[in-house]
Amino acid sequence: MILKPGARLISAVCTAELMTVKAPKTELEVTIGGVVTIASAAARDGSAAVVAGHEGGTLMGKRYVDEADTIELLCTKAGTGAVAVNGELLQLKEAKALPASD
Amino acid sequence: MHLSSFVEMVESGFDDRALLGDHNSRITGTDFGFLVRLGATQVHNKYASVMYVGENHPLLPIALFAVAWAGVPFVPVNYRLEDRQLRSLIERYPNSLVLTDQTTAARLESLSPLILDEWLREISNIDLEEVGPIEPAENDDDVAVVLFTSGTTSEPKSALLRHRHLMAYLLGSVEFGSADESEAVLVSVPPYHVAGIANMLSNLFSGRRLVYLKSFSAQEWLSKVAEEKVTHAMVVPTMLARIVEELDGAVMATSTLRTLSYGGAKVSERIIRLALQAFPTTGFVNAYGLTETASTIAVLGPEDHREALASDDPMIQRRLFSVGQVLPMVEIEIRDDHERVVEAGTSGLIYLRGEQVSGEYAGINLLADDGWFCTRDQGFIDSDGYLFIEGRVDDTIIRGGENIAPAEIEEVLLAQPGVAEACVVGLPDDEWGQRIVAVVVRQSGHNLEPNILQDAVRKVLRGSKTPEEIIVRDSLPHTETGKMLRRVVQSELLARIGGTAT
Repeated sequence: MILKPGARLISAVCTAELMTVKAPKTELEVTIGGVVTIASAAARDGSAAVVAGHEGGTLMGKRYVDEADTIELLCTKAGTGAVAVNGELLQLKEAKALPASD
Repeated sequence: MHLSSFVEMVESGFDDRALLGDHNSRITGTDFGFLVRLGATQVHNKYASVMYVGENHPLLPIALFAVAWAGVPFVPVNYRLEDRQLRSLIERYPNSLVLTDQTTAARLESLSPLILDEWLREISNIDLEEVGPIEPAENDDDVAVVLFTSGTTSEPKSALLRHRHLMAYLLGSVEFGSADESEAVLVSVPPYHVAGIANMLSNLFSGRRLVYLKSFSAQEWLSKVAEEKVTHAMVVPTMLARIVEELDGAVMATSTLRTLSYGGAKVSERIIRLALQAFPTTGFVNAYGLTETASTIAVLGPEDHREALASDDPMIQRRLFSVGQVLPMVEIEIRDDHERVVEAGTSGLIYLRGEQVSGEYAGINLLADDGWFCTRDQGFIDSDGYLFIEGRVDDTIIRGGENIAPAEIEEVLLAQPGVAEACVVGLPDDEWGQRIVAVVVRQSGHNLEPNILQDAVRKVLRGSKTPEEIIVRDSLPHTETGKMLRRVVQSELLARIGGTAT
């Protein structure tokens, strides 16, 4: 699929949900826990499980980026599966915590 | 990204977390998303924009996000303006839905306003299946919020904040869902001020419950903090001063407040010291930003405050009066009159660049081709990266060819015993071009002697920066959010000598 900022990604195998912050305008395959994401949490039937090598999970509020920094996904609901794009596991983007200013 | 994506994030991340309302009615992320979708069907294809003219309201975020989802701008207006000015601002936005509160509605009769509570009732009766939900707007280059500048120096201008500016600010400065479920923020800054909008957006983004104060009073603020176990709050300096006054030396040793941020105008040293004593367990944050930068661009955090208070080093002590360091996603340059970047410690004009910087008013874009925005604020950055604000460049007094920042003199005056407020302006002078006049307000129980104050300034600064005249008054005019109306003080003084403003 082609991802646009604001596009939601929902895991087929765990509770994880992510939001697209940035993405290249090319065809991508996004998986969570090793299985292609689905359109809505209601479509999750519980038949699939996290694939080996795609554990590690996604954490609420954290951003995940690829090596080349072309894609950035923000986790809005935590899950047990890790997120990958075209087979490459995304990495946690470290961000400095700032004091609450407003 | 668009604010409609923000709504979907709230639904996903905070589905059963209470985000709005008081202890009688709690609105969760799921409820919030549903109400936003209902509200959007009422606005979609019907109005060019939606204005809000009224006090704060606990469900105001529903209106703002419904309007965003429908793809039209949200335009909050200062309901405290006098009738004629209020009307002229509303008339700038034809085909608007005008939402208001009970008290203001009567003043706006001919504009057929709708009271926000009625609008909320109306939308909650909509059958979403029957009318059909509308697709969320997604063009992040559309205008999300229009804010009128306070007009301290000229007629109010419409500052435009696009979805991409607001989302860039949130994504860059707040971690989504970082608040725990026990946290609550008290919103007391009015909705027509950028801090009121930022307060709403960033706390919702962090998953913190929003508690609203309809309009500010120190007493209600303090009781609301206790009643709702408030953990976070943002106030403007006038509010901080009133809270400190209300406490009258009492120490809130067991306050639930973890963070108290202040900004929007300069805070006096006396007030900040009293506030730090009054809330010994609270972390203080000073934030600096402009409407045109979609809120905060620099922060002085709790550790900076503590360190400055504990230090013997004057260079570290003075950081208490800085606005801290610039956010990582914002670039800053201090430039001289020829737009050359100056070195650390030298003052000049503050320029900013970043994705949250809009620098745009209706019909005028002030961003340079390379993205830099001139704030027209004057200041300097010390060698450790702390930013100090010295005031509006337009307020600079030019006396005998020397540029003098009023703030520098005001600081010295404010440090004198008995001085509650100070305003320094330049008035026309045949010999010097401008001469310096100071208006000071005394703290109750003190007497002020102009010649003693003049001596004090002369001692710290120089003769050329010493006010030729010091006037003692009972009060100084301010905007509702605490910005001193220097222009008004200046024209009053000019009227006295029969001149006109330059």
